[in-house]
Amino acid sequence: MLSLRGVSKSFGQTQAVRNVDLAFAPRTTTVLIGASGCGKSTLLRLALGLVAPDQGSVELDGEGVDARSAPALRRRMGYVIQDGGLFPHLDARSNVGLMARHLRWEAERTEQRVLELSRLTRFPETALDRFPVQLSGGQRQRVGLMRALLLDPEVLLLDEPLAALDPLVRAELQDALREIFRALGKTVVLVTHDLAEAAFFGDRVVLLRDGRVEQSGTIRDLVQAPADEYVRRFVRAHRTFQVNGAGAGREA
Amino acid sequence: MKRERCGLRRWRVAAALAIWECILASPGDAAHAATPVFIGSKQFTESVVLGELATALVRASGGSAQHRSQLGGTQVLWQALLQGEIDLYPEYTGTLEQEILKGDGARGEAALRTALASHGVLMSRPLGFNDTYALGMKASRARALGIRSISDLRRHPELRFGFTNEFMDRADGWPGLRARYALPQADVRGLEHDLAYRGLDADTLDVTDLYSTDADIAYYHLQILEDDQHYFPVYDAVWLMRADLKARAPAAVTALTRLEGKSDAGAMAAMNARAKLQRVPEARVAADFLSATLGVTVGSQEPGRAERILHRTEEHLALVTVSLGAALCVALPLGIVAARRPRLGAVLLAGTGVLQTIPSLALLVFMIPFLGIGGPPAVAALFLYSLLPIVRNTHAGLTGIPAPLRESAEALGLSPRARLWHVELPLASPSILAGVKTSAVINVGTATLGAIIGAGGYGQPILTGIRLDNVALILEGAVPAALLAVAVQALFAGAERWVVPLGLRLTHRD
Repeated sequence: MLSLRGVSKSFGQTQAVRNVDLAFAPRTTTVLIGASGCGKSTLLRLALGLVAPDQGSVELDGEGVDARSAPALRRRMGYVIQDGGLFPHLDARSNVGLMARHLRWEAERTEQRVLELSRLTRFPETALDRFPVQLSGGQRQRVGLMRALLLDPEVLLLDEPLAALDPLVRAELQDALREIFRALGKTVVLVTHDLAEAAFFGDRVVLLRDGRVEQSGTIRDLVQAPADEYVRRFVRAHRTFQVNGAGAGREA
Repeated sequence: MKRERCGLRRWRVAAALAIWECILASPGDAAHAATPVFIGSKQFTESVVLGELATALVRASGGSAQHRSQLGGTQVLWQALLQGEIDLYPEYTGTLEQEILKGDGARGEAALRTALASHGVLMSRPLGFNDTYALGMKASRARALGIRSISDLRRHPELRFGFTNEFMDRADGWPGLRARYALPQADVRGLEHDLAYRGLDADTLDVTDLYSTDADIAYYHLQILEDDQHYFPVYDAVWLMRADLKARAPAAVTALTRLEGKSDAGAMAAMNARAKLQRVPEARVAADFLSATLGVTVGSQEPGRAERILHRTEEHLALVTVSLGAALCVALPLGIVAARRPRLGAVLLAGTGVLQTIPSLALLVFMIPFLGIGGPPAVAALFLYSLLPIVRNTHAGLTGIPAPLRESAEALGLSPRARLWHVELPLASPSILAGVKTSAVINVGTATLGAIIGAGGYGQPILTGIRLDNVALILEGAVPAALLAVAVQALFAGAERWVVPLGLRLTHRD
C-alpha cells in the first residue's frame, strides 16, 4: 500500500503541500482533483521520490521512499504524464522497452511483453516502429501507459494523462483506461482537474486546495454532502457536468 | 638545481616533440637517422635569407640541417635557442645589448661573448653588415616638409607614425627614441613591417621604423632620417649558436664561420631585394650568393606547389584533428559535469570563456616555455580554444531537456548513468554536435596562426606571402584553409545522420 504521512513540501516561498495524510488501498482507483497549483501533481512526484518531502514520510508497503530506496521502488510504480512523456529519439517499441533494456532482459522476452501490452492498450502493432512525432496524441498516451506497465507495477500514477486530447479520443481512452484498471487490479492514483473524469474513474475522490485535503470520499459525498463552501463551489463550477450529468447527480 | 630543472623541461619538450613527430612522420623520414642542425629565423626577409644561408652552409659541409623559418620575434627565437628547440639563428649585436642581455649591461663584442657564455651560447664574428634601426618616410614628403633628421620631426607633431610591434615595445625602440628626441607625435600605431611600407605608399602613414638593409627603401623611394643624436646602437649581424653544437656538429660550426665578414650591407640589401621584390625563393637567393662569393655549390630543392600544399595539408590536419579530438574528450565530460552541478558549472563555463578571450597570438607564445616551438604548443593552444563551444553546447543541450522528459526517465527507475546514456545525451546530441562543429571551424581558421611558432600548416604560405607581399602565396594558404573549413562543415552535416537519432530529425508525421 502506498501512503503519505504528514507530508509537507515547499518550493521557495510557495507551500505546495501542507501536512497531507493519504493512504491508497490496493486495487482501488483514487482521483486527486483540484484547481491549478493545488499540489496534486506534487503529491505524485513525492510518491515517486522525484522530490523529497520537507516533513513527513512516503511509504510503499512499509518501505520509506527516499533518495536511496527510490530507484528500486520506482520500478514498482508506473508513471504516466500528459502527452505520454515519450522520449522523442526512441520509437514506440524502444520507449516501452527502455527499462527492459536497462535490466538486460532477453530480446524475445521484451518483444513478447511489448506485444502483450499493445494488445491490452489496443495500440496497433504496426505503429510500434514509429517515433513519437509520427503518432497521434491518443497513440502517444497509449505508449506512455505501456511504458508504465512494462514491469507490471503494483501502483499506477497518472498525472492528467488525458488533458491534451480532443473530446472523442479522450472519451475513448477513458473507457480503455477504466477497463485496464479493472482488469489488472492496480492501485491507481489519477490526477485531473475535471470533475466528470473524476466521477468516471474514482472509487474515491480527493479534493485538494492550497496543498491541503479539503474533502475525501466518493463522488456522491462531494456532490451531496460537500464539506464546506469551497467544495460546493468547486462542484457547481463544473457546469457541463451539471447540465449533461443532471441524471447522474440525481441517481447519486 | 636550476640546471636540473632546465634539463627536466628540455626532456618534457623533447617528449612532446617526439610524440608530435610520430604523428607527422612519413615512412621516408626514418632514413635521416642523424639529428639535423636546427636553424631558426625571425619573421622578416633578411632573417629568413640568413637562415637559408646557414642551412646551405651546413648542408654543403656534409651535415644535415633543417630551417625553422620565420618563427616570430626576438624573444621566441632566444627562448627556442636556450631550450634547444633550435641550435642557431642570426641575431644582431644591438639587439643583444639592448634587449636580450639588457640586464647584464654588456657593451661591445668581448663583453657580449662573456655574457652569452653564461647562457651556454656562442657568438660568431660579425658577418659584415650593420642592419641598424632607422626612421624613414617617403622622400617626396620629407622634402616637402623639409625633414632631414629625426630632430626635424619635433616641428611636425601632426605626423602619423606606424611602427612594428616589436619596435613599439623594445627598450631600444620607440619609448627610448621618443624620450631622447622629445618627440610630440600622438598618432602612433603598431603594425606589421610589410604593411607599414604599404601604408607609407598609400599616404595613410608618414613615418615608420625600418632596417637599413631593407630592400624596400629604394623600391618605395624612402628617405632615411639622420639619427643626429646617435640614438640607435650598432646592429652587426652575427650567428648565435648553442655551445654544445660545437661538439655535436663541428663541421657545421666551421662551415658557418666561412660567412664571417663576407656579407656587406650592399650584398645583404641586394639579397633582400631579390627575395622580396623579385620574389626569388630565399633558398635560391642564398645558394646563388654562396656560389658567387664562397664558391660553394648547394643543390637547392624547391618542392612544387602541389607537393607544398599536400605537405601543408598534412600538417594542418594533424594540428586540427589532434587538438579537436583531445578537446572533445575533455569538453564533453566537463559539459556533463557543468550541467549536473550548476555551481561548479558556472565556474567551468566562466573558466573556458576566459580562455577564449586570450588573444591567439599571446596564447601561442605563452605555450613556448612549457612546450617549446612547433606542433605541440600550437596543438595545446588550439585545444584550449576548442573547449568553450563544446562545453557550452553540451551544457546547454543537457539543461535544455524539458523537465517532464527528465523526470519521466527518472521515474522509470533508470540509474543516473543510464539516464545520461540512453536519454539525456541522445536528446542533447544536436546541440553537442553543433558545438563540435563550431569548434572545428574555428580550429581550422586559428590553426593558420600556428605557423608563427613553427607549427607549419596553411599559415606558413600565408605568413610568407604577407612578408613578401605575394598574393599568390597568401592564397596558397588561404584557399585550402577555406576549403578545409567548408569540408569540415560538410563532414559534420554528414555526421548528423549517424550522431543525431532519427526520431529527433523528423519534424512532422509521415
